[in-house]
Amino acid sequence: MAEKTLLRHLDIPDFHKLDVYAAHGGYETARRVLTTMKPEEVVDQVKASNLRGRGGAGFGTGMKWGFLPKDTQKPIYLCCNADESEPGTFKDRAIIEWNTHILLEGILISSYAIKSHTAYIYIRGEFVFGAQRLEEEIAAAYAKGILGKNIFGTGYDLDVYVHRGAGAYICGEETGLIESLEGKRAYPRIKPPFPAVYGLFGCPTIVNNVETLACVPMIMQNGAAWFKAIGPESGPGPKVYCVSGHVEKPGLYELPMGVTLRSILYDHAGGIRGGKKLKAVMPGGSSFPILTADEIDVAMDFDSMRKINAFLGSAGIVVMDEDTCMVKALEIIDRFYHLESCGQCSPCREGTGWLHKLLSRLEQGDGKPEDIDLMDRICTNMMGNTVCVLADAAAMPTQSFLGKFRDEFVAHITEGGCPMKKRHAHGAESRQAA
Amino acid sequence: MSVQFSQETYKQFEEVLTHYPTKRAAIMPTFWLAQKEFGYLSPDAMEYIGQLLGLSPAYVGAVASFYTMYNKEPVGKYHLQVCANLSCTLLGAEHIIECIEHKLGIGLGQTTADGKFTLSEVECLGSCGTAPVAQINDDYHENLTPEGVLQLLETLSVQE
Repeated sequence: MAEKTLLRHLDIPDFHKLDVYAAHGGYETARRVLTTMKPEEVVDQVKASNLRGRGGAGFGTGMKWGFLPKDTQKPIYLCCNADESEPGTFKDRAIIEWNTHILLEGILISSYAIKSHTAYIYIRGEFVFGAQRLEEEIAAAYAKGILGKNIFGTGYDLDVYVHRGAGAYICGEETGLIESLEGKRAYPRIKPPFPAVYGLFGCPTIVNNVETLACVPMIMQNGAAWFKAIGPESGPGPKVYCVSGHVEKPGLYELPMGVTLRSILYDHAGGIRGGKKLKAVMPGGSSFPILTADEIDVAMDFDSMRKINAFLGSAGIVVMDEDTCMVKALEIIDRFYHLESCGQCSPCREGTGWLHKLLSRLEQGDGKPEDIDLMDRICTNMMGNTVCVLADAAAMPTQSFLGKFRDEFVAHITEGGCPMKKRHAHGAESRQAA
Repeated sequence: MSVQFSQETYKQFEEVLTHYPTKRAAIMPTFWLAQKEFGYLSPDAMEYIGQLLGLSPAYVGAVASFYTMYNKEPVGKYHLQVCANLSCTLLGAEHIIECIEHKLGIGLGQTTADGKFTLSEVECLGSCGTAPVAQINDDYHENLTPEGVLQLLETLSVQE
């Protein structure tokens, strides 16, 4: 896969502009789909492609679409989840800002497939530039008859609206997103009913991630078989991997699904910064178990990751070198989940707070020997006991840190604080000097 | 009630209403319009929004309080929002915050006496590949260094 698709803007200047996108074949696929195909045929094609959601859960996109009721009298809504907030993840932002029309073409084809006439792009509030870019390019598409009434003369209508979030991680959870879009506090809903049956404004709704929707035009252009041939058949396609932390070349890398984590880190991201040793990697954002340096030969696709009790998640790869204090790292992670817990369920609201409190205590040198097992027990009681998976998203990394780096947690207790602090401070100084 | 949208903002508000089948769904975009026009969501502003949308002040307050980006208190002319999540901390975000605190003589959540700067620590801004990162008002500032951030503060402090 030599040619970039999701990051094609890196090769073509001004690719975010409608005329440039159109000059490179943009919207030809949408035109062909809308003028020659039935919506059901599009759903079948996406199902056959085995496209799986890029937001984190990896659920089959075509299958999700298939859950929509066939005979509904209600409007059907498409929500593009552009609330990218998973720590370590910054791929959707790039697509929104610089490959804007691949997303809009994906929204157009997908809306047509699910028979929706209204699509909302729920974009996190911090992405002010992205929201402006979308507004401008949506307006350009309306002006050319690509959005709005009677698109390509087919009689098909689609309105696309940008809805800005305002700083709440939980809006990335699809039912939290729906509640937020309805003008409420973003408390995730109990499922079932799933959004496909009872979603936005009580109507059938599909929520798909930015990168997922951006894959739809290439599937319709090149066919399901082409897509399936990229990486493992059970979860194929090009994938944008986000690499950050202690690497020489942090950034986005579009690679075939299933490339190994080692290859991403060493062949593409330039290896560990300053020739240091790798200590650990969060491979799929902060919501999933951590990997140690000897676990990086895993293929970065949904199913291979599950085999080693890890998750591809959002492919937000955060790299930590040998000087990283794992207690401090986990304290940051659990502070995040505590702040972002919506507060609806007590195991999550209280559990994330306890974890953060215990970790702060440990990091400050006031930890007690029983704290490690206490945190582990709290995690066990959080998981599977809440409306949404935010509690699990805090508990999973916590248990994996405690299991894989237990000696560091013990050392914080026996040595009355962080044994790495001096080295850490020294590291910061030398970085400052560099 | 002492606040009201300008004519231009009211027009934008009317446009926003057409995006949704319910008035309540327009609350978030209306908050954004209000924050732009009034600087922050004061109790008066929230009461006004409630009247516009047919919602009680209690409901409006409950929604506003859920979202961290709606300022319920006035903030400085430049709102320095430094990411303190994992990737940014790995690359020295704590040091960036210390530099700002030292330079401006304020702590997290505080505003300088001249009302020019407010400093906040925020969670992941989705810019981890260019960490450390801060958002100043609407704009991202990426690949921050202590020297760079001090220079940026200098530039902003002389800007009118």
